[in-house]
Amino acid sequence: MATSFAAAIRDGLATALAADDDVICFGLGTDDPKGVFGTTLDLHKQFGPDRVFDMPTSEAAMTGFAIGAALNGMRPVLTHQRLDFALLSLDQLVNNAAKWRFMFGGKRGVPITIRMIIGRGWGQGPTHSQSLQSWFAHIPGLKVVMPTTAEDAKTLLLGAIFDDDPVIFLEHRWLHNMKGEVPAGDVREPLGKARVVRSGDAVTIVAMSYMTVEALHAVDHLAAQGIACDLIDLRSIRPLDWPTVITSVQKTGRLLALDSGHLTGGVAGEIVARIATDHFASLKSAPQRLAAPDVPEATSPALTKNYHVRAEHIADAVGRMLGRDVETASLVAQRTFPHDVPGTWFSGPF
Amino acid sequence: MNPETSRRLLFDMLRIRSVEETIAARYGEQKMRCPTHLSVGQEAVAAAAGAALRPTDLAVSGHRAHAHYLAKGGRLKAMIAEIYGKVTGCARGKGGSMHLVDESVGFMGSTAIVGGTVPVGVGLSYPMKLNNTGQISCVFLGDAVPETGVFFESVNFAVVKQLPVLFLCENNGYSVYSPLSVRQPPGRKLYELVAGFGLETHHGDGNDARAVYAALSEGVAAIRGGEGPRFYEFETYRWREHCGPMYDNDLGYRSVAEYEAWKLRDPVLALQRALITEAIVTDADVADMQAEIDAEIEEAFAFAESSPFPPPEDAFTDVYASAAG
Repeated sequence: MATSFAAAIRDGLATALAADDDVICFGLGTDDPKGVFGTTLDLHKQFGPDRVFDMPTSEAAMTGFAIGAALNGMRPVLTHQRLDFALLSLDQLVNNAAKWRFMFGGKRGVPITIRMIIGRGWGQGPTHSQSLQSWFAHIPGLKVVMPTTAEDAKTLLLGAIFDDDPVIFLEHRWLHNMKGEVPAGDVREPLGKARVVRSGDAVTIVAMSYMTVEALHAVDHLAAQGIACDLIDLRSIRPLDWPTVITSVQKTGRLLALDSGHLTGGVAGEIVARIATDHFASLKSAPQRLAAPDVPEATSPALTKNYHVRAEHIADAVGRMLGRDVETASLVAQRTFPHDVPGTWFSGPF
Repeated sequence: MNPETSRRLLFDMLRIRSVEETIAARYGEQKMRCPTHLSVGQEAVAAAAGAALRPTDLAVSGHRAHAHYLAKGGRLKAMIAEIYGKVTGCARGKGGSMHLVDESVGFMGSTAIVGGTVPVGVGLSYPMKLNNTGQISCVFLGDAVPETGVFFESVNFAVVKQLPVLFLCENNGYSVYSPLSVRQPPGRKLYELVAGFGLETHHGDGNDARAVYAALSEGVAAIRGGEGPRFYEFETYRWREHCGPMYDNDLGYRSVAEYEAWKLRDPVLALQRALITEAIVTDADVADMQAEIDAEIEEAFAFAESSPFPPPEDAFTDVYASAAG
């Protein structure tokens, strides 16, 4: 039976709470009637208010609280309904969570999981839409996970909760209703392994989170035109599965790195830099990247029309790298709903 | 207060004072190569807290933590070696003076960002409350901490959940060189401000070790008894410079008269004189204590000097639980 990404997150949380009494789950709205887009719905009824609870609007303190609780034996999961709210907690994430193991000589780590939901489109605007995985991935000591599929949402969340390091778990709001088969039970996927979603020899496309969905549309569209690409879903930004990326580039000789974050200082730039500096001889053409422009996302739908990287841009880029014309008009024409929603299921309000 | 506790307070204060003065005296050798924030003049609160808390209670602190670490039972050898950057240090050379840890005595860590460990201390207390362990969590803080948002967020949550937390504020009047007058409006008292969050707060003379101990003992018992968090503010004074071994009155940010007035209220000497007057200790007892302390300090510095530095490859370890990452 197909399960939604959001239901898979809830399944993962319930599985973790049932498996280990030291797991606690909190965040603004965790036990409210919406249950953070359904991802925490009614968990407090099953596991009690001491283990699943709402919190004051105190992102910094509640992150430090999670760190302290973790130092005293717990495995806290803190959820932010938007990544942007978590910025109030950067001191705790960067100076405490990421450093604790190191600055105390390996005495103790901080096994916390911080879920952050990334918004996009439908007027999310400048402060509800930021895809800041590169910020977190820049900090030694943090791990950064970005699942795409419902299966990965559950298995990587379980992997994150039972990982002994602090994990930033980034969920894209546009993936919450995507459905897929999800394994039952306590299925923990270790962090740091990418997945090759499509295999081909033309171009290596590296994607993460919702960019993988756009890339899939592009890759399948290109395949019909005789261009077969390797599509790698990173799943984990830090640690990043370099062997999988390198192996693919050595096969295809071409790299297109996609990023849901901004271009400057982004993850795509890091991938291009690493491959260009360390594996230049494998490349047949200059590595390319597609990312969000270096401006905030505006609110009006009129201003977001050309903001995000979509399947047609990816297909175009692949064509340019190969020196071939590719047809993308039919790809655009297939889209039956407005550009600023992930599907007909999404009509707001947030 | 029983004589034994009085003697312990005096011993601990003499020990902290002597350690800090020895660090100051030897700092110029350039073998201690990290910022150090000494607490000469502030010994009473740390010693009283160390006596009021149990070894099983947990504590966190900030950048000026030597006294808190030692009073809570931290190992002097490990602390001096840490300041020397040696592998035998309490954080194996990764932390230095501002990052002290000794979990074996419940000192869970001190960090360098003002206010940074306050929510961590609150988090430490959550399993204590859920599991009725009878422990409490002590958060050492300075007077700049109640200017940070995270402090108020943390106090609020501790009150919401009635957590067993002792917020213990040493108010020495300065944040680096900034006096309270530029950081709080005239007439405001920190303990009154914090009381607005709905917890009991107390205020007292931070240079009277026995009074601090008496207040904290009562408070610790109440917190342990399930009455929720409390905030204690004790006024005291930092003699030496904010960071480093020297005196900094030449900078002009505080008056010499103010400094001299506080120095006349030396908390160590005050307790020593009182205990001698009350015949709880003799001059000979104090001399014996000092001799024992001096020997320990000499041994600790020799240990630090003779300990090896961590191997270069240690710079790359302890980032993640396993090598991957």
